[in-house]
Amino acid sequence: MATSEIQLARDLLTGKPEAFDRFVEVFRTKIFQYTLMMCGHHEDAEEVAQDTLLKVFENIDQLREPERVRAWVFRIARNACYMKRRKSVFAPSQELSLEEFLPAPDHSGERRKLEIADWSALPEDEYLRGELRRVIREAISELPDIYRSVILLRDMEELTTEEAAQALEVSQEVVKTRLHRARLAIRQKLDDYLRHIQAGKAAENLGE
Amino acid sequence: MKHEHADCKEIFALLSEYLDAELDPASCSEIEKHLKDCQPCIEFLNSLKRTVRLCGSCAPPDQPAPLTPAQKDQLLQAYRRSMAARKG
Repeated sequence: MATSEIQLARDLLTGKPEAFDRFVEVFRTKIFQYTLMMCGHHEDAEEVAQDTLLKVFENIDQLREPERVRAWVFRIARNACYMKRRKSVFAPSQELSLEEFLPAPDHSGERRKLEIADWSALPEDEYLRGELRRVIREAISELPDIYRSVILLRDMEELTTEEAAQALEVSQEVVKTRLHRARLAIRQKLDDYLRHIQAGKAAENLGE
Repeated sequence: MKHEHADCKEIFALLSEYLDAELDPASCSEIEKHLKDCQPCIEFLNSLKRTVRLCGSCAPPDQPAPLTPAQKDQLLQAYRRSMAARKG
């Protein structure tokens, strides 16, 4: 976890033998997974991961605080993704509003009833669990960049809010706001998927 | 107690921070007070919690191709140059 990555950065900075190989081993897969979800193409992701690692090693002497290694590496990775796609980090991105994820109230107007799928019946089956992960990855890849970056760093890579803010060069408040909207968008996609399979099951039962 | 639209809407904006334990104690107790009496919000919160957990386990199964000797050498040279500059 974070502690061992910080230790790894310290070892790298003091030139400990084997620190280089271990650093590459640990960070290369992480960077690749992030860049794959950001760029969408396997070859691009490999190229961006290599560019990122190269920048990391070229500038390792500038990493003054090993505690910030994860934020630092992912900031370089994110910039490398934008470079690859020739897109500015300042390019305007589509905004998601909170309102659009608020579940519809019921028609009585009296009491707010949130219409959501039955989440207590999440599929236990390994195949369907794989399907859920696929739905999530698809939903993440459809998010506008600014939301995708945040959810990948916070929920997939498990960076803290502070680290994600440093990596993305925004305030912690912005990270929190974007993360919530990204999660709501993913939840909505999962909810639609669950309703879809639950409706299918109900139809099957009727037909029996 | 009847829940007004506004109550649900207000806590709706704070649910991620609540799940991440990043809210101040006063807002936390406000949310917990609301949740005690609002089953739809409890269900919604649970579904958001499951979403976050699922996101944590959805890293793509793809692995990068093994590092070629040339790629590794490129990285190692860059590392050595930086370390030399650091000492120098």
